[in-house]
Amino acid sequence: MKRLEVKKLDFAYGRNQILFEFDFSLEEGQIGCLLGPSGCGKTTALRAIAGFEIPTKGEIILNGKKLNSSKLFVEPEKRQIGMVFQDIALFPHLSVEENIQFGIRLLPKSLRYERSNELLDLVGMSQFKKKYSHELSGGQQQRIALARAMAPKPSLLLMDEPLSSLDEELREQLAREIRIILQQEKISAILVTHDQNEAFAVGDHISVMHQGRVQQNDSAYNLYHHPLNRFVAEFIGEGTLLTGLISSNDTISTDLGDIKFNLTEAFQLQEKVDLLIRPENVILSHDNENKAIITARYFRGSSYLYNLKTSRGTELLCLLHDSEVLNINQLIGVRLQIDRPVIFRCP
Amino acid sequence: MKILTIRIWRPSIIGTALILSIPILTIALSVFENPGENWQHLKDTVLPEYIGNSMLLACGVGIGTLLIGVATAWLTAMCQFPGKNLFIWLLLLPMAMPAYIVAYTYTGMFDFAGPVQTMIRDWTGWSYRDYYFPQIRSLGGAITMLSLVLYPYVYLLGRSTFLEQSVRVMEVSRTLNCGPWTVFYKVALPLARPAIVAGLSLALMETLADYGTVSFFGLGVFTTGIFRTWYGLGDYNSAAKMASLLLFFVFLLIMMERISRKKAKYHNISGKITSFSEYNLHGFKAWGAFAVCSIPVLLGFFLPATQLLLWAFETWSDMVNDSFLELVRNSFFLGLGAALISVILALFFGYGMRIMPGKATIISIRTASIGYAIPGTVIAVGVIIPFAWLDLRFDAFMKSSLGISSGLIFSGTLIAVMFAYVVRFLAISLQSVESGLDKIKPSMDEAARSLGCRARDTLIKIHIPLLKSSTLTALMIVFVDVMKELPATLILRPFDFNTLAVRAFELASDERLADSSSAALTIVFVGLLPVIYLSKTISHSRLDQGKTKI
Repeated sequence: MKRLEVKKLDFAYGRNQILFEFDFSLEEGQIGCLLGPSGCGKTTALRAIAGFEIPTKGEIILNGKKLNSSKLFVEPEKRQIGMVFQDIALFPHLSVEENIQFGIRLLPKSLRYERSNELLDLVGMSQFKKKYSHELSGGQQQRIALARAMAPKPSLLLMDEPLSSLDEELREQLAREIRIILQQEKISAILVTHDQNEAFAVGDHISVMHQGRVQQNDSAYNLYHHPLNRFVAEFIGEGTLLTGLISSNDTISTDLGDIKFNLTEAFQLQEKVDLLIRPENVILSHDNENKAIITARYFRGSSYLYNLKTSRGTELLCLLHDSEVLNINQLIGVRLQIDRPVIFRCP
Repeated sequence: MKILTIRIWRPSIIGTALILSIPILTIALSVFENPGENWQHLKDTVLPEYIGNSMLLACGVGIGTLLIGVATAWLTAMCQFPGKNLFIWLLLLPMAMPAYIVAYTYTGMFDFAGPVQTMIRDWTGWSYRDYYFPQIRSLGGAITMLSLVLYPYVYLLGRSTFLEQSVRVMEVSRTLNCGPWTVFYKVALPLARPAIVAGLSLALMETLADYGTVSFFGLGVFTTGIFRTWYGLGDYNSAAKMASLLLFFVFLLIMMERISRKKAKYHNISGKITSFSEYNLHGFKAWGAFAVCSIPVLLGFFLPATQLLLWAFETWSDMVNDSFLELVRNSFFLGLGAALISVILALFFGYGMRIMPGKATIISIRTASIGYAIPGTVIAVGVIIPFAWLDLRFDAFMKSSLGISSGLIFSGTLIAVMFAYVVRFLAISLQSVESGLDKIKPSMDEAARSLGCRARDTLIKIHIPLLKSSTLTALMIVFVDVMKELPATLILRPFDFNTLAVRAFELASDERLADSSSAALTIVFVGLLPVIYLSKTISHSRLDQGKTKI
């Protein structure tokens, strides 16, 4: 049985429709991510699952039980769904320990303390249990917020951009920690984020959203290597689009030579298409006849990212190990090496 | 659930807000009514004088509060000199002094028969007309008195802007070779202008609302004019019309304040508050700063307070008796009652705006809470007209149906007084409750609900503990303001009912200045409560500046 199933969910604020036929599902113990730029509807989807927004259409089913229909609406406090908020929202008048115990206040005292101690250990905050939220740093506050949401052992944990208020270094570290903590507690969870690295670090599968619709629901690998549409191709990872022409049943002709491909979709001969070129597809070598000029260079730690421009104006990105440094305005030969080309029809 | 709340909450909020708007609407609409028989006569004779004097008074107090307020704000925010940390809160003390009390204390001290002039005559052997002494009971006197107690509005807002908003830019200008005076004129003052104008408009609202000082000095301004027309001529229509004219000027001030506050927001360019490297003053500069800060505190608080204490020492054995205790009781219960009602209404409105922030809700609540800017005299007239109408109707109905006369149930009783207080002071409690509610982020409600709390539990476990301090602050400020309130109480109080403020004013008006001191001193003592609270909040916010969260 699936832990969560969301079927064709629509949501609108007045006339402004935010979600269009939003579909999502989660297996037990899985961590899903909703990834997209701001305003794509990911937070609204999360709030609808939590019960803070009432969808106009569609169904939300948790553990096989419907949470909403035209006649039924399960209030948020009865859904057994925990939530971690972007602005953390710890109760400022309660101590760390009291915050964690808030959701399990009806348990007998001994069990309550046992659970809160267990969670404080899990998030590594045992020594702070008597502190108040204003005495903690942002990262510490978010750990407590996570522990508070997990305390009642919810069927599902929702996290709305939980790391966005933290600085970058802490964000990566905490993202990895969150995954470990959730797996230890065997909690099914959904993370909403606009940061793909965060989504890749935490999620088992990721739904990329744009303009209220799910664009692709897949693993991180497939999102990067096999994007289903232009939006996903451009949003995930780095790359450029190169225009080419279908010259035969298995060949695309481009400025930078012919590319072989397996015909998965019926393209017509002489049809104009766009080809996704990732930085690792671009190979630099001096003896290539196709030349490009280096227009910019960015240091990336163990490598450099170069912006290139061919004589016909095509722009490319290329990643090169930092043992070999090229200069701006330097002319260099380029070729493409693509095993499974990603092709989109030109609009 | 949501639909049900909207059905019940919204109409009841709008309904309550409308009831509270009745006095202001009554006065505003009286512009369109036919004037009373004396209107033409008033227009030809005294009205120009009222308008002229009110404008002169406002201009004078404006200049006075700006000079004192800006200078003290700048010095205590940006400079280091002896006693600076003490002055930061001492400068607030005059806020505890109602202007009318300062006015008659000064009259007692500096009038012809007062100790100062007597001393001059004793020393020099001069007699009347041998020397010049400024007349306290004059427009200039009123300007001085009001400036001395109202400058803290400019000081408070100005200082916090100097501290918080322009530190970064001021440091930049110092690195660009600007001396302290250039920084002040070219950078700090223009940046702080919106906040200072907001403080100034509050001071001017209080000036236009003042009745005690101008009446004691015998000046013809709007508030005294409304009183004279109401009681002297018995012409209610003309009084209401005059009140509507005053209302127009007050609206101009409200607009000025709102616009400035908006601008002040945009001028807040520095995100983090960091401590500014202060100008260290030495020698005559340091003593100059000391003098500039100590003069307003001395003249606005310590001098009149000492005089009141001396008088009270002479007269308390005669004055503090059963009837005095009754005054204290009356003031206390009126204050407490009005404070409780306005805080309950503020909670009701505050939650209303939080749950259903519709246009209709917000406009009606904002109209109902405009009262703080409206002079007590205007509110009183606006209360008594509809209440008297209601009494007449009710009495006629009782006579025709039951054959008995109900008398004045609304207009001649404490109901009218209480209603006027709530209309006038609702804004303060609302402001305080709203700032408390702002701290409770919507996500906290949602966090509580996602942890299994129903709406009622969320209220008890999250909201009430978090709202406690702002609600208590609201209770205290309204309570103290009611204790000080004079004109509305004077007009609306039932026959033979007195409060401390009214009694102090009556005794002073009868030239029994020393006798009035016990009542006045009680008011000043109570008035110190919010000032102490305010100074505590200021010192807390200063402590916060040093803290940086990791």
